[in-house]
Amino acid sequence: MILDSKIPSGPLAQKWEKHKFDMKLVNPANKRKFEVIVVGSGLAGASAAATMAELGYQVKCFCFQDSPRRAHSIAAQGGINAAKNYQNDGDSVHRLFYDTIKGGDFRAREANVYRLAQVSVNIIDQCVAQGVPFAREYGGLLTNRSFGGAQVSRTFYARGQTGQQLLLGAYQALSRQIGNGNVKMYPRTEMLDVVVVDGHAKGIVVRDLVTGEISAHAGDAVVLATGGYGNVFYLSTNARGCNVTATWRAYKKGAAFANPCYTQIHPTCIPVSGDHQSKLTLMSESLRNDGRVWAPKKKGDTRRPDQIPEDERDYFLERKYPSFGNLAPRDISSRAAKEACDEGRGVGPGGLGVYLDFADAIKRLGEETVRERYGNLFQMYEKITGEDAYKTPMRIYPAVHYTMGGTWVDYNLMSSVPGLFVIGEANFSDHGANRLGASALMQGLADGYFILPYTIGNYFASEKQPKPNLAHPEFKKALESVEAMTKRLLSINGKRSVTSFHRELGKLIWDKCGMARTQQSLKEALARIPELRAEFWKNVKVTGDNSNLNQDLEAAGRVADFLEFGELLCLDALTREESCGGHFRVEHQQPDGEAKRDDEHFSFVSAWEYQGPGKTPLLHKEPLVYEEVHMSTRSYK
Amino acid sequence: MNLTLRVWRQKNAGDPGRMVEYPATGIIPDMSFLEMLDVVNEGLIAKGEEPIAFDSDCREGICGTCSLVINGIAHGGQRGTTCCQLHMRFFKDGDVITIEPWRAKGFPVLRDLVTDRGAFDRIVQSGGFISVNTGGTPDANALPVSKVDSDRAMDAAACIGCGACVAACKNASAMLFVAAKVSHLAQLPQGKVERTQRVTNMVKQMDVEGFGNCTVTGSCEAVCPKEISLDFIAQMNREYGRAILKGTK
Amino acid sequence: MNITNVFASSIGKKFLMAITGLALFIFVALHMVGNLQVFLGPESINRYGAFLQGNLELIWPARIGLLVLVLLHIWAAVKLSAENRAARPQPYVKHEIVAASYASRTMLMSGLIIAAFIVYHLLHFTVQVPAVNLVGQTKLLPTGSFAALEDAKGRHDIFAMMVLGFQRPLVSVFYIIAMALLFMHLSHGLSAMFQSLGLKSPTYGPLIARFAVIASWLIFLGYVSIPIAILLGYGSKYVEALK
Repeated sequence: MILDSKIPSGPLAQKWEKHKFDMKLVNPANKRKFEVIVVGSGLAGASAAATMAELGYQVKCFCFQDSPRRAHSIAAQGGINAAKNYQNDGDSVHRLFYDTIKGGDFRAREANVYRLAQVSVNIIDQCVAQGVPFAREYGGLLTNRSFGGAQVSRTFYARGQTGQQLLLGAYQALSRQIGNGNVKMYPRTEMLDVVVVDGHAKGIVVRDLVTGEISAHAGDAVVLATGGYGNVFYLSTNARGCNVTATWRAYKKGAAFANPCYTQIHPTCIPVSGDHQSKLTLMSESLRNDGRVWAPKKKGDTRRPDQIPEDERDYFLERKYPSFGNLAPRDISSRAAKEACDEGRGVGPGGLGVYLDFADAIKRLGEETVRERYGNLFQMYEKITGEDAYKTPMRIYPAVHYTMGGTWVDYNLMSSVPGLFVIGEANFSDHGANRLGASALMQGLADGYFILPYTIGNYFASEKQPKPNLAHPEFKKALESVEAMTKRLLSINGKRSVTSFHRELGKLIWDKCGMARTQQSLKEALARIPELRAEFWKNVKVTGDNSNLNQDLEAAGRVADFLEFGELLCLDALTREESCGGHFRVEHQQPDGEAKRDDEHFSFVSAWEYQGPGKTPLLHKEPLVYEEVHMSTRSYK
Repeated sequence: MNLTLRVWRQKNAGDPGRMVEYPATGIIPDMSFLEMLDVVNEGLIAKGEEPIAFDSDCREGICGTCSLVINGIAHGGQRGTTCCQLHMRFFKDGDVITIEPWRAKGFPVLRDLVTDRGAFDRIVQSGGFISVNTGGTPDANALPVSKVDSDRAMDAAACIGCGACVAACKNASAMLFVAAKVSHLAQLPQGKVERTQRVTNMVKQMDVEGFGNCTVTGSCEAVCPKEISLDFIAQMNREYGRAILKGTK
Repeated sequence: MNITNVFASSIGKKFLMAITGLALFIFVALHMVGNLQVFLGPESINRYGAFLQGNLELIWPARIGLLVLVLLHIWAAVKLSAENRAARPQPYVKHEIVAASYASRTMLMSGLIIAAFIVYHLLHFTVQVPAVNLVGQTKLLPTGSFAALEDAKGRHDIFAMMVLGFQRPLVSVFYIIAMALLFMHLSHGLSAMFQSLGLKSPTYGPLIARFAVIASWLIFLGYVSIPIAILLGYGSKYVEALK
């Protein structure tokens, strides 16, 4: 496998313009002859499906949720970045680009990130035209807030529901095309395999989650917009249904998987309350705009927060990173909180938590303003914990939130399997080793609205592939293998539930490959995961049958993939002998505990190629070349 | 805590369905309602029985997937709360809890507590959008929108499409859902261009789906997890009246 | 879509309900004001009656108009209710009522009972069927019908008719019960009408709610004051004198 990133030549700022001109076009009248399969209906999937349908392509869109509007993008709270410079505070495309590259700890592709910053401005225009009710000033113009890792205010938001509003915008655009008959929508349908014919992606195999029917769909290209793999940790802020199945099965069909070890731990989540916990809840990073993070100075301080005097509090982010303070990037803030807790200064049950305090903000702005800015978040906090954050500080703890790694794609967002495109969180492209807040929404929509619709045409126009044919033996083979796996899962009839395996895997990965990773912990995980996987295939109990809605069976297939994927995650983490962004290897740190990057040896993208069951995957290295940016030690001090 | 659950079980759309009683033991007050069901399901799986099928995804009250009628109230009766955000601390040891799916002609039951809410998607597909293609849109600040209008649009846009309004309404009416979308878009200058056709099409589709009519009882507003106001129904009626007088396709 | 859609669509039928309801409310309010002239003595109310009866060209179109309004109001109600019932073919095993007031849930029932009352009321005071006035044959009413009542100026003696009619406790109690149902019907209907017509807004919502309460109380008190006053002896001297 040769990984060609296909980055256009020329100066950074002109690459995308030049590439748009160089790409071949499909005649408008011919577009309707191409059928595109889109899997996933979140920001990336819905926007791509809608935009391609607008262009004239025939689109089929699949999602496992009961409606495309429920994709997990909906849960994003804080906002979306764009280099509009509406606040006149010195923002620019270049600054957004630089912040994102630096935020990603210099492990992202320069050209991709620059393009992302360029199209960010179009996204806001598009969303406003669709009726997304972004927050406004009294004068009627859009307002912004600041976010982690940036010193300008460039984040657009719609209360604490930005993801929801952006998704509804894309969903509405998608619905319009469904209504027009240009998109055929398949809700409650899960993709279980990619069909590759003569080296090109030509279709997928899906299971109807209501009837259990397994069927194949052919297309001229397949687009995966299936989100991240955060649920490999079992407990994460991801929705319950989020899974790695689509990208994992694509990986097994030849689509290299890049940088799986780059997982983002979000600093402001509600701490775990017990073993029953099914998911973790994020409190938007925007809270750090006005909230101050602190832990008691004294170890094991069990006093109520209001009884701890000011001089016995350690506002550790402000102390360690005075220039960014509470708005230090996510990886850094998370680690700082973990350190405080490791030192025994954590608060709440089990000592796994630090305070996020709004007392000063309420004093400065008044409770009403704080309520207006964050009301729904405070409400959410109260519902879960039963505590009133206007009166007592919130308790927060880091939790898995986003995964920067994903299917390897080139500049055209095409994976190493021609005709298979991967967009949004599912690909690895733009965030390097750490994503800045409010950049996920930006990337998902950039890919879906403004990048893929161009680049997919280039694929059609330049490849001149034969039309896909459902009668091809590859389709039959894929159908049979999916049916066999379903049957196998149902026939094991062991003793342990699917959830118990998922929970055990998650805990293992969190302990061994979470916020801090060591060679030893990773090796332990790599030894344990295959055992657990073997046990799963011997002893899992999947109830019910395949001819009805069967949530147990759905979960089993996803957990089976996580059990394989977890190994790749740990292997990647073991191989990357440096600390960068969300990947922190304890062996590689500065004397002051900060991450120690090794640009000389690890300035590359790790792309793993599947070699067959039981075989160690093959590592390909795509070197990261920086033409514009000077790689520096990331400092937010 | 130990509880008794009375749960609607129905194998598939064709099955008549029935209530079945299950004990729920060892429940912790900090659990969410859905986590309590997870625990019961783990018990069922251990016994080789099929777990209770219920919809859930984000489990933080925003995706709108979860949809349980708990003790006769959609989402369980805590104000502004989805059932995934309902915690067991609101129940007492020994309680008997009845759990049913949304019941409406427009929301056929697929299995147990899982219903098909495709009707809502079809209503949006009929007109719940602004017809702009990607690209070619003016600068986001080219058209100022008063904060009052923008905030009100956001109030309506907060709808998560869960369907609790239909479930709670004695007439199984979808007016609050449709009104939220109609009002959200009609409130903004970008959405005004298509306002008459939009409301015409959406109401037509709503009627086709077999939802009931609004008799202004206010149940929908009371159970709505996003507390969407009944005033939006008045706004939709106004839009509809306008469309009738203007005449539309 | 055009104006005929008020008969076809759900919201259209609600418009029909609201508009006919509004017209009927106005009639009910005017009718009450007319009736309250009974407290100004026989001369006023009898003159008012003669005025109305004397304008056949006005009274018949008005009667037909009212009949059409009532029929439309009832048609829409029955149609909407049938649709509402069909919208939930399988009822809940357990259903808790949230927020919905008793009045809002029983509009069809209260409305139909009021309709039945209207039929009785018309037979009683308009058609003046002897069988329903429960007065029986007296010297004053040789055929048992109120039609025989005439005042000194030869006009139909409405005052006497009302007093004789409401002196029968059973008649008054039925009347008061009907007015209580009308009160309930209006207490919900008057605000729902604004909602259905889209005239409610966050600004005017509270005002409309207050109007609904006050107007329905006024209607109730205005109407029931007549039978109560008569039961307490109002007008009995006048009737005694006739006898």
